[in-house]
Amino acid sequence: MLQALSLGAVLYGLWLLLSGHFEPLLLGLGLASTIVVVLIARRMDLIDREGHPIHLSWRFLLYIPWLLWEIVKANIDIARVIVRPRMAIDPSVLRLKGTQKSELGHVIYANSITLTPGTVTIGLEEGVLSVHALTREAAEGLIRGDMDRRVTAVEGAADGRGEHGA
Amino acid sequence: MFAGASAAILVTMALALFRAIRGPTIYDRILAVNAFGTLTVVLIAVHGFLAGRPEFLDIALVYALINFIATIAVTKYVKFSHLGHPSGEDERGDV
Amino acid sequence: MALLADIASWACLIAGSLFALIGAVGIVRLPDVFARMHGAGIVDTLGMGLILAGLMIHEGFTMVTVKLVLIVVFIFFASPTTTHALARAALNGGLKPLVDGKNAPSAEPGERTGGPSKT
Repeated sequence: MLQALSLGAVLYGLWLLLSGHFEPLLLGLGLASTIVVVLIARRMDLIDREGHPIHLSWRFLLYIPWLLWEIVKANIDIARVIVRPRMAIDPSVLRLKGTQKSELGHVIYANSITLTPGTVTIGLEEGVLSVHALTREAAEGLIRGDMDRRVTAVEGAADGRGEHGA
Repeated sequence: MFAGASAAILVTMALALFRAIRGPTIYDRILAVNAFGTLTVVLIAVHGFLAGRPEFLDIALVYALINFIATIAVTKYVKFSHLGHPSGEDERGDV
Repeated sequence: MALLADIASWACLIAGSLFALIGAVGIVRLPDVFARMHGAGIVDTLGMGLILAGLMIHEGFTMVTVKLVLIVVFIFFASPTTTHALARAALNGGLKPLVDGKNAPSAEPGERTGGPSKT
C-alpha cells in the first residue's frame, strides 16, 4: 500500500513536471490518469518492495555521489587507455561473490559495476557475478571490494528481512 | 559553442555508424546502434538550445525511452528469435 | 557570475564532447564486443552526462533543467540494463570474451581473493 502511494506520488510529480500547466482541468486529468495507472499496476502485481524500493531511500541518496565520482575516475582511466596509440588493454573475466543479502542488492551492485566504464557485468546468478574487466587496474579495483561493501551498507541497514520482502 | 558540440556529436555518431556498418557480429551492430541512439538524444537536446527552442527536450526524452525499448526488443529478438515467451524450456528470464 | 556560469557550461560541453569522441573511438578500436561495451559505457555516462550538465548550467534553474535531469537519470538507469541484456545475448549466441588475444572460457568460480582469475 505504501509502495502504491509513493508510486502515485512519483507519477503525479512527473505529470506536473512534464505538463507545466496548473489549471484545475489539467490537474484533475493528471490525477485521474495517475489513479488509473496505479490501479493497473496493482492488478498486474507490479508493485512490490523490489520494484519500488522506498525502504533504502536516504542511504541510496548518499551512495549516488560516491558512485558518480567513481564513474568519473574510471572514465578518465579508460579514456586514457583508449587514446594511446598502442592500447594497453588486458581483458579478463572474473567471478565475484556479492555479499548483499537480497536480489535487489545484487542488482544495484551489478548495475553499478556496469555503469563504471572498464568493468561490465556479463552474468549474475545466485549472487555470483561474472565481470568483464578491460584493464588490470579496473579488475583490481573491483577485487578490493570497496563498491561491494558500500552497496551492502546501502541495502543492509534498512532491509534485514528475507529475499523478496512483502 | 552549441554548434561546436553538435559537430563533435555528429563526428561521434559517424564513428558509431562506422562500427554498426562494419560489424562483424550482430551484437557489435546492436551496441553501436544503441550508442548512436544515445548520441541522437544528446544531439536533439543540444539542437534545442542551438535553435533557442527548449521544447525539443520533450522529443529527446521520448527518444531516450524509445531507444531503450527498441534496443531491448532487438536484443531479445536476436537472442530468442521471438518477441513472446522464450522458446526453450531451460531458458530463464525474458531478456 | 554570468561569465563564470558560461565558462563552466563551456568546459562541461567541451569535456563531454571529448569523452563522447573518445568513447566512439573506443567502439571502433577495441577488439571484441565485450571490450567495445566499455567504449559505449564512456559515451553513455560521462559523454552524455557532461554535455547535458553543460546545458543545465547554461539554462540555470528552470523547468528545462528538470527535464534534462530526467533524461540523464533515465539514461543512467537504461544504459547498464541494455549493456547487460546485450552481454547475455552475446554469451547466449556463443561469443566468448577475448582474453589475452584468444577466446577463453570464463574462469572457474572463485572468491574475490583470487586476483583477476585468468585462463
